[in-house]
Amino acid sequence: MSDHSTSVFAQIARAPEDPILGVTVAYNKDSDPSKLNLGVGAYRTEEGKPLVLNVVRQAEQKLVNDPSRVKEYLPIVGLADFNKCSAKLIFGADSPAIQENIVATVQCLSGTGSLRVGGEFLAKHYYEKTVYIPSPTWGNHPKIFTLAGLSVKTYRYYDPATRGLDFQGLLEDLGNAPTGAIVLLHACAHNPTGVDPTLDQWDQIRKLMRSKGLLPFFDSAYQGFASGSLDADAQSIRMFVADGGECFAAQSYAKNMGLYAERVGALSIVCKTADVASRVESQLKLVIRPMYSNPPLHGASIVATILKDSNLYNEWTVELKAMADRIISMRKQLLEALQARGTPGDWTHIIKQIGMFTFTGLNAEQVAFMTREYHIYMTSDGRISMAGLSSKTVPHLADAMHAAVTGVA
Amino acid sequence: MAIRTAITRRITSSSSGSILFNSRSMSSWWGNVQPAPKDPILGVTEAFLADPSPDKVNVGVGAYRDDNGKPVVLDCVREAERRIAGNLNMEYLPMGGSNKMVEETLKLAYGENSDLIKDKRIAAIQALSGTGACRIFADFQKRFSPVSQIYIPVPTWSNHHNIWRDANVPQRTFHYYHPESKGLDFALLMDDVKNAPNGSFFLLHACAHNPTGVDPTVEQWKEISYQFKVKGHFAFFDMAYQGFASGDPERDAKSIRIFLEDGHLIGCSQSYAKNMGLYGQRVGCLSLVCEDEKQAVAVKSQLQQLARPMYSNPPVHGALIVSTILSDPDLKQLWLKEVKGMADRIIGMRTSLRENIEKLGSPLSWEHITNQIGMFCYSGMTPEQVDRLTKEFHIYMTRNGRISMAGVTSGNVEYLAKAIHEVTKAA
Repeated sequence: MSDHSTSVFAQIARAPEDPILGVTVAYNKDSDPSKLNLGVGAYRTEEGKPLVLNVVRQAEQKLVNDPSRVKEYLPIVGLADFNKCSAKLIFGADSPAIQENIVATVQCLSGTGSLRVGGEFLAKHYYEKTVYIPSPTWGNHPKIFTLAGLSVKTYRYYDPATRGLDFQGLLEDLGNAPTGAIVLLHACAHNPTGVDPTLDQWDQIRKLMRSKGLLPFFDSAYQGFASGSLDADAQSIRMFVADGGECFAAQSYAKNMGLYAERVGALSIVCKTADVASRVESQLKLVIRPMYSNPPLHGASIVATILKDSNLYNEWTVELKAMADRIISMRKQLLEALQARGTPGDWTHIIKQIGMFTFTGLNAEQVAFMTREYHIYMTSDGRISMAGLSSKTVPHLADAMHAAVTGVA
Repeated sequence: MAIRTAITRRITSSSSGSILFNSRSMSSWWGNVQPAPKDPILGVTEAFLADPSPDKVNVGVGAYRDDNGKPVVLDCVREAERRIAGNLNMEYLPMGGSNKMVEETLKLAYGENSDLIKDKRIAAIQALSGTGACRIFADFQKRFSPVSQIYIPVPTWSNHHNIWRDANVPQRTFHYYHPESKGLDFALLMDDVKNAPNGSFFLLHACAHNPTGVDPTVEQWKEISYQFKVKGHFAFFDMAYQGFASGDPERDAKSIRIFLEDGHLIGCSQSYAKNMGLYGQRVGCLSLVCEDEKQAVAVKSQLQQLARPMYSNPPVHGALIVSTILSDPDLKQLWLKEVKGMADRIIGMRTSLRENIEKLGSPLSWEHITNQIGMFCYSGMTPEQVDRLTKEFHIYMTRNGRISMAGVTSGNVEYLAKAIHEVTKAA
């Protein structure tokens, strides 16, 4: 054929697997029947199957059967109904911020996309280019903000000794942050630790941040999934909005509506005035246009269909609570199983932590052991997705953890 | 610095009273944010929608319309949607997207029986339509060829400039459109290719150049490809209209095939927005031809590293529609028929518009309307003439004089011709 001229990219090295998504890749390659995927945070039923919510199926049928529906480009900011409903969902239907039109909301590609668009906006328009992220945090957070053009620092968050919140460390580190620094906050169900501040601690965080002029950037990926209540899981954000200050909020429907692959989310920026919000929205468009022009239609249409219909909405809250309850039940079962085996150590953090993940406290060697000997797939930081467990598989996991704790340093 | 001082002053000067009041009394962080200018293309449709006139015509954005001026969902798409609705779960796609969809998509660009595909030499990921594919490529170019620039044709789709700018890749231009002939400025194009430093990166429109509708001939493409070889240039093809230009996807991919025959290791952005009418689904593909399979694996892994911090993984719905259609021989045949139907309607409207203007006795030449190809006609009208079309006739188009032929119908072609004649007859 023709000659293969040298590629301009000949020197490119193969990138390492993404630490989280790579777990599923490894899991899929394993042929052992007892294998367990506790890696990526995607919900599974008791039967270990992915779940499409009934309300989602109903919404999809409605859409498919509507002959008037077309596939035209959405506006750059996305589907208007979706944006309105999303803002109401996170800030509360009666939120004065919404009524006063001081919120700019744009549809984005799930939580990742919302964080990236918000980050790029900040890099362009904000005077402080440093974002403080909790230690630890979701592995993709630092990459998102770095590629957005910000520099990343950390603040203390998880205390390995208590397997809970290092509240003093958190307050100290935020207290030492430069005025105006951006602070990433997990609205609820912290990923990967499952450790959340109490409402009282949230209030102290709020006061400190406002006194230092720190800019809150909330990542809300689990609203409704953590406690089972949409309102309870939004309390942290609403507290900040209620004091009249500005903040960012990234919302994802990947988990709470099971719309993972449809990439549905929203970025809201709460501003001081309606005029500012309008200008901010216009500038957000300039970030989005050179990235993907306008967001995907399908998932947002499903969400809007559900949120606008009070029957579907109510049904959704019931399905959401069922998912949250099953996870809470898995936590109890795992703790009981470890206690029954007499596994050394205090494992009560399993039921104290909240949301999809448990930060077990297992180290990388122990995790590698569990993968090798028990075909348990999880991230090397010791995080397990409770959503991947069932009553049938809890014993296998407990066996693996027991063996790892007693056998591997 | 001044801002920081002012803020610190504001914070420390407030009393030790309630933080509540402190927050309310502080001014916005975004007080200095300027209102952004409207996107020159998407802003046109916004203005059109706001116009109450019954005569209004939208020949702005490049979205296909049928002869009644209505948006179209292709039959093959409706059928695909019926098949997939409610059946599948919505688990995350891999970062690189749907493998099935990517495989089918590469066949369209590179050929059903492409050796490159057989030898697994193409690094490819599902992308967010053409925009997303170009952006990931631009980010990739920045990361792995950090001193390179991108040569962009004049004119081009306005968003190309935004994309490479936000990727922080410096831009240069090369001659393309020849205003006097309303055709290709081939001589100056070749000069620019020869004068660019060896190993430069060029953005090429594979077919149906946007906004001009002016494409090189097959012979000209061969010369361009030859000169690219001499200079060792990198060719990145943006192919947003495969099938839409001539009605035949194979024919519309000719430029790419010429480059591949000559051994170029090209990059390619593909979009299903127009040719499958999947605009709002954001479905496309980015591919890079590599020396061998090992390199393709490495390059793909790096493309995924750029996608992950942007959107993690791409949306599934549009990809499912594409793979359902392209992997079913009957649906694929139906699609090919429907694409040809769209292309034929546009070619018919070109003829009709030109005839109607000529009938009115215009002193100018309008043969470029039928010489140009694809969705757009670069009319040659000035921004002032375009403004008159909008103000006096409620006709909406971009101010560079670009007419979206897809918005022309047998119902509005006479009105459009009359208006164009009105504003240009004194020119």
